[in-house]
Amino acid sequence: MIKSDRILGLVTILVALAYIASAFQIQASFLTDPVGSKTFPILIGAVAALCGLVIFARPDPDPEWPEMSGWLRLALATAVMIGYAYGLKPFGFVLTTALAGAALSWMIQPRIVAAIVTGVGLSAILYAIFKFLLGLGLKPWPAALTG
Amino acid sequence: MDLLSNLALGFSVALSPYTLMLAVIGCFAGTIVGALPGLGPSNGVAIMIPLAFTLGLDATASLVLLTSVYYGAMYGGRISSILLNIPGDEPALMTTLDGYPMAKQGRAGDALVISGVASFVGAFFATIGLMLLAPVLARVAYLFGPAEYFALYLLAFATLGGMASKNQAKAALASCLGLGIAMIGLDTTTGMPRFTFGNMHLMDGIDFLVAIVGLFAVAEVFFFIESHGKSSAIGVKLDKITIPLRDLKNSTVAMIRSTVIGFVAGVLPGAGASLGSFLAYMSEKSLGRGGVPMGTGNPRGVAAPEAGNNAAAGGALVPMLTLGVPGSGTTAVLLALLMTLNITPGPTLFTDRPDVVWGLIASLLIANVVLLIMNVPLVKVFVKVLMVPPWVLLPGVTMVSFVGIYSLTGSYFDLLLMVGFGVLGYVLRKLDVPTVPVILGILLGNSMEEALRRAMVLSDGDWTYLFSSGIAIGLWVAAVAGFVAPIFLRQFLKKPAIAPADKIVD
Repeated sequence: MIKSDRILGLVTILVALAYIASAFQIQASFLTDPVGSKTFPILIGAVAALCGLVIFARPDPDPEWPEMSGWLRLALATAVMIGYAYGLKPFGFVLTTALAGAALSWMIQPRIVAAIVTGVGLSAILYAIFKFLLGLGLKPWPAALTG
Repeated sequence: MDLLSNLALGFSVALSPYTLMLAVIGCFAGTIVGALPGLGPSNGVAIMIPLAFTLGLDATASLVLLTSVYYGAMYGGRISSILLNIPGDEPALMTTLDGYPMAKQGRAGDALVISGVASFVGAFFATIGLMLLAPVLARVAYLFGPAEYFALYLLAFATLGGMASKNQAKAALASCLGLGIAMIGLDTTTGMPRFTFGNMHLMDGIDFLVAIVGLFAVAEVFFFIESHGKSSAIGVKLDKITIPLRDLKNSTVAMIRSTVIGFVAGVLPGAGASLGSFLAYMSEKSLGRGGVPMGTGNPRGVAAPEAGNNAAAGGALVPMLTLGVPGSGTTAVLLALLMTLNITPGPTLFTDRPDVVWGLIASLLIANVVLLIMNVPLVKVFVKVLMVPPWVLLPGVTMVSFVGIYSLTGSYFDLLLMVGFGVLGYVLRKLDVPTVPVILGILLGNSMEEALRRAMVLSDGDWTYLFSSGIAIGLWVAAVAGFVAPIFLRQFLKKPAIAPADKIVD
């Protein structure tokens, strides 16, 4: 088994090198100063690459990673959040929040009824708070319905 | 009498009914956030920032609201430490050592009252310390040129990173990550785009609020999903609250000593509240006298860390306000707020915006009194809140984060970015890479680069200019020491492990 820190170190080195390479591409401007736009980012990249080397060479003991089912839940949660981010505007607050809330609740505690109640309840309560207490201009329903 | 007239100005700002109401709301929300296991002050303040903006609060009002949340969270952390043996936030870790044994002996109420009073003593006197020390430090800060500021930023990264992780390389990596992210967007000096890869959304750079809410709040949700909400609150019962006068009297010395220790720990950039409560507890263990041994339910063991961590919370505001360098994770988040409000912390803040500074100080004093009332007679309200199960709480936190960021920027791209930072935060914390330096890097990156460039303009490209003044050299030495020292300190400053939790039955 490869230690997680070896991977972290490698990824860090690669990203840092890409960052430095990208820093060299920054266009020079007619406004110049002794340091310029590139120096500081290159410096950061160099220090990061050095950190990557140290982490690669002297890895810590592995953390306790979740099991397969845990990874699945995390991936699902990320997907739900991405969907929520895309859906919030076109589908309105109430529907998307109820769905996303129920889904996240179910992932923490897999009880379907409790999750649905949580989602619907959160959606209603938060909408009331945001709308009437804080006065946010949230769109409650899908844009297609209200035009 | 300068001080008194300044304070009068502060109270004239802070005592309006509207600001008072905000202080009460902030204290209440903060205590809840602090009490809930997993949600610490940084999370609480991070979630509240977008809300403060959407409410259209002005600078003073948002500061009052958010510092009340900050102080409230520091008070609230002790509640779950004592009742559940789960620290509500990291600084409250030390409170579990004596607080939970007291609760098991049926003295949960006493422990809550003592720690509440200790929190008040620590926070109140630290605020007074802030009042006295900050203007002095602000005058010293006038001597700082760009070279000194560059060294100061470096010091903040070195100490904050050095303390935050067990692995210096990972702490430094976290700082670089933050600094690297800060470089994205238009170069402030030349106006050239950097690292935008032609993406229009990246032209303005990455909003640090998006990063903060993602790294703190969303990452927390992932942690709960992974653990299935195992560390949830169960079986909390509390008897009638009485005031244990004798214990309070016995722990007065502990409170005062811990306040001083905590305040000093807070003022040092990077050390923060966790170190404050840790040192306070340790010194109480070796210096304090009386009662049962520490660790078995001694009231002094509850008073010391609470006074220490609340004093550190006040102390951490000193470098943040006078130098623009935060002393802890939460003050970094508060710095983000100030920067978004177009207020530049630093020595000039005290002369340019006395209403903000003194209004803030006055409202901190008010918040403390409000918190004392909330946390001693009304503590039962918050105990009820602890019973909100994580499968309701965490989805709620997610929704509030989304709506907050969405109402702030109105762009789905920022929401995706926030989720991305959430995933990043989860992975980083799993790998023991601290996230606070990342935030600090995103916040300070541009100022740090600007300091470097201004210094080089002044010296015409001579790099030795960075070490040309006594203050600068002192800061460089402190930075190196602050980064290296924890490696050696760690050997004999091992944090005691928390005893396994079991249910409170009475």
